[in-house]
Amino acid sequence: MDVDVLDRILAARPKVTATDLSPLLQEIQVGYGYLPPGVLLEMSRRTGIPASQIYGVATFYEQFHLEPHGRHTVRCCRGTACHVKGGHGMIQAVSRELGIAEGETTADMRFTFETVACLGTCFLAPVVMVDKDYYGNMTPTRVRGILDRYK
Amino acid sequence: MPEIKATINGNVLMGSAGQTVLGLAQAHGIEIPNLCHDPRLRPAGACRLCLVEVAGQRGLVPACTFQVADGMVVQTETEEIRAIRKTVLELLFAEHRGICTTCDKNGDCRLQKYGYEYQIADTAFAAPEANGNGKNYTTGNEAIRYRPEKCIRCGRCIRICQEVQMDSALTFKDRAAWVEVSTAFEMPLNDSTCKLCGQCISTCPTGALYERAAGGKGQAKDLTRTRTTCIYCGVGCQIDLNVNGNNQIVRVTSPVGVVPNNGNLCVKGRFGMEFVQSDKRLTTPLIKRDGVFQEATWDEALAVIAARFNEIKSAYGADGIGGLSSAKCTNEENYIFQKFMRAAVGTNNVDHCARLCHASTVAGLAKAFGSGAMTNSIDEIKHAGCIFVIGSNTTEAHPVIGLAIKEAVVRNGAKLIVADPRGIDLVRFAAVHLAHQPGTDVALINAMMNVIVSEKLHNEPFIRERTEDFAALLEVVRDFTPEKAEAITTVPAEAIRQAARLYATAPSSSIIYSMGITQHTTGTDNVLALANLALLTGNVGKESAGVNPLRGQNNVQGACDMGALPNVYPGYQSVEDALLRVKFQQAWGVALPEQKGLTVVEMMHAVEHDEIKALYIMGENPALSDPNLNRTRKAIEKVDFMVVQDIFLTETAEYADVVLPSTCFAEKDGTFTNTERRVQRVRKAVVPPGEARHDWEILCDLAGRMGYPMAYGSAAQIMDEIAALTPIYGGISFDRLQTAGLQWPCPNRQHPGTKYLHTDRFTRGKGKFHAVAFQSPAETPGQEFPFVLSTGRQLYQFHTGTMTRKSRAIHQVSPTGYVEVHAEDAVRLGIADGQMVEVSTRRGRVTTPARVTTGIEKGWLFMPFHFCEGPANALTQDALDPVAKIPEYKVCAAQIRAVP
Ligand code: SF4
Ligand code: SF4
Ligand code: SF4
Ligand code: FES
Ligand code: FES
Repeated sequence: MDVDVLDRILAARPKVTATDLSPLLQEIQVGYGYLPPGVLLEMSRRTGIPASQIYGVATFYEQFHLEPHGRHTVRCCRGTACHVKGGHGMIQAVSRELGIAEGETTADMRFTFETVACLGTCFLAPVVMVDKDYYGNMTPTRVRGILDRYK
Repeated sequence: MPEIKATINGNVLMGSAGQTVLGLAQAHGIEIPNLCHDPRLRPAGACRLCLVEVAGQRGLVPACTFQVADGMVVQTETEEIRAIRKTVLELLFAEHRGICTTCDKNGDCRLQKYGYEYQIADTAFAAPEANGNGKNYTTGNEAIRYRPEKCIRCGRCIRICQEVQMDSALTFKDRAAWVEVSTAFEMPLNDSTCKLCGQCISTCPTGALYERAAGGKGQAKDLTRTRTTCIYCGVGCQIDLNVNGNNQIVRVTSPVGVVPNNGNLCVKGRFGMEFVQSDKRLTTPLIKRDGVFQEATWDEALAVIAARFNEIKSAYGADGIGGLSSAKCTNEENYIFQKFMRAAVGTNNVDHCARLCHASTVAGLAKAFGSGAMTNSIDEIKHAGCIFVIGSNTTEAHPVIGLAIKEAVVRNGAKLIVADPRGIDLVRFAAVHLAHQPGTDVALINAMMNVIVSEKLHNEPFIRERTEDFAALLEVVRDFTPEKAEAITTVPAEAIRQAARLYATAPSSSIIYSMGITQHTTGTDNVLALANLALLTGNVGKESAGVNPLRGQNNVQGACDMGALPNVYPGYQSVEDALLRVKFQQAWGVALPEQKGLTVVEMMHAVEHDEIKALYIMGENPALSDPNLNRTRKAIEKVDFMVVQDIFLTETAEYADVVLPSTCFAEKDGTFTNTERRVQRVRKAVVPPGEARHDWEILCDLAGRMGYPMAYGSAAQIMDEIAALTPIYGGISFDRLQTAGLQWPCPNRQHPGTKYLHTDRFTRGKGKFHAVAFQSPAETPGQEFPFVLSTGRQLYQFHTGTMTRKSRAIHQVSPTGYVEVHAEDAVRLGIADGQMVEVSTRRGRVTTPARVTTGIEKGWLFMPFHFCEGPANALTQDALDPVAKIPEYKVCAAQIRAVP
């Protein structure tokens, strides 16, 4: 486990307490790309902030990831509207293109693939989202082309 | 606190500033529904069930957080309030997927209670899920079971773990509808910082957290609760044994609001009662014939003992017999035991294992103050300005006192000084940690006094008016500078100065110590040095201060009080004082021996010299607990005739000629006296196994057969005799102990008991300073044995493990013994964590797994003594403190090597 980044982050702050957790976790996530549990446990040891509290905050905010996360995030919708319009086909297509199941990250760290209860744009169903971009009225054949735009 | 007047539902009530509306209402018996409230916790205001209307406030306010003010007018039950509460409950039930019919908590569940009170419609309930079988942090844990489907997310378990237990093992994980209680990274509970205290179970308002082993053994509504006293340490927590219709102890609960533990327990009290129902319990007397035990009737067994004792008495005199009483038995049984030895047998050869833990306390504090007990009360610790913990791993050996110390520091701002060679858990909370070399306590304390005197921080008026021999003290501490102490103790002089200043300048400073101080050849000196420190600063005879030895076993205080000691009758009345002897002779109607008797270790040595021919051992296990085991075992093998009275066939009982089955604490009435001198009730909750009998009944029966009839109708009657003969217990009787215990001295029936000792005068008149010079331990490390070995207790186990090791929950976290070794030493010697190693001393060798740690100083080893498969006491020495005759368990020279 590489703790240099953690060292640097902690060194920049004179005294950390539980109230500093969110900004601290943000920095760690930027530094490591995600929140490695080993690093968080080490942080607990160094700061005296209980590991349980760190874990609570890390799982409370959607922005934090406890597993390595790709540079880009692909989200497919599992909602009713999308399902009715063939959303399942998108899930299969993304999975096939990237060679991973939902919740996983590609070996080259390019993509993390997630599914979501509803992307909130049901009028565009079926919907796929990559990072902050929405793609509506999707068909399985368009998937590869869209993914190719993200390096 | 200023008094205030407030009106609740039209009743004018008196309260105090700072009280919450809920607190005031509850104090006057007015119920306000609440789910996230526990008086042990800071108010959270999370569940919104306790909403009330306060005149002049916009909207409703939570009663659990809102503070009362003078003239306040409160309504707790309006239409509007009831409607809102009903909605809150409906929302909870919509997520609650438990069903009461199959739930263990049925009958003791707040959610169920309010669901009934507010008549929540069936349609409000979520689809039931009787056995949530997803994985969570308690999956596979033998002690605790969490069922998310019954969790109402009140957060009480998380908060109690953080605020009271201060181990912060728990958190909520995830968000919105997926919120669940979890450990960090969902690691198994036993891998987290959890100490298995079960405080989380105790506060859970629903059936979401429950003892795993209690599942399916009876619903809360069908269990009978009997209030009694825990048997696992000197704190004396009050517990309720919950028993089902099959005479089974299903679970242990503890009432909030009752001294000394306020509903908190440790792993042993909460999960350590399986032994009561163990099928290994002794159920009939056994007589050894041709080397094998054979079952016998009570008549046969007692006849054999009476005949052999009488024979030995006429051949060798009464002093040819020795008796070991027990710090685990009740006061009544200890009283009867010493009376049996003194009156029926006719010898003062009676002692018990207090010799091995706190004899030096009794000797030292008696010399300095006149009374050898904890000067102050457990509850007072919470309000001390400074706490000086030395030689006590409090959070492990006396966990509930550990809670009081943590509360003092974290909640009330006390300054904590920890003097301990190991990085014990309390160090997390300490302002100063003094990691002194084992056996150098006197040097450390003398240097602290040097600082106090040279910086003029001592309490001159107190010294002038209440003490004597100050000049003698000055003599030894004048030159004992922190620099000189640093050379001996390895503690930096500056840290010693800092500690001395903290201790001397706080408004009240409390010293807490235990076996790290007493179990040395200089044990009495160590205790005297601490007494000096308290006298020097006037920190004795006042609230939240004092010198406070923590007694190890549940009734070691009581066994001493009852005179299970070779030199005193009950109440520390000397056997060598002719007037007192006459008093007891008249009461017991028999002539009593004039010479004081032998101590535990002396008795074993007397067996070697053929001076003692028979031993009567009640509830002790010297074959595992005594120092230099091999020598002790030889002695009990050699003795002509030995009787062991116990609940299990212990390592010692194996050597006996006759074994008598006795009842355990859950099966009898009586009293224990805890470490703060509080006499508390023990009550019968279950029926004893087989033919087991009460210790006192057995002894009375035997005494009769030996020609000295003793008869009592009940334990209460024995206490009446104790009270009549023992001035410090003069006012104690069972009828006064119904709701809470009484602290001695309690000289008469009107006396309320004594919270702290030596208020206006010391028991001996003036407090006496003793000049104690530093002396090295009996054995110091050298070439052949380069390590210092220390032994002690561990959180999860008690004494020789005969009881705790029968609990599955405890076995899971503490399956076997170990030796702690510093990581650097381990690397140097090629020892890996968990690897088998051999530890040896001049007396023996033991094989046990290594636990590699940095929580111990280099050059040191530590072993817990509870385990028969790697008996630490095969290694310890029986070098004795010259005054108190306590053996040096804490320091001996040792060697360690990896076993290939
Ligand atoms: S936790 Fe309470 S309400 Fe829920 S099922 Fe059990 S008894 Fe019923
Ligand atoms: S058992 Fe005690 S230490 Fe463990 S999680 Fe519960 S409250 Fe915390
Ligand atoms: S487990 Fe019990 S105490 Fe903990 S949050 Fe759930 S209901 Fe509350
Ligand atoms: S159902 Fe897919 S965006 Fe709402
Ligand atoms: S008890 Fe007051 S908000 Fe829960």
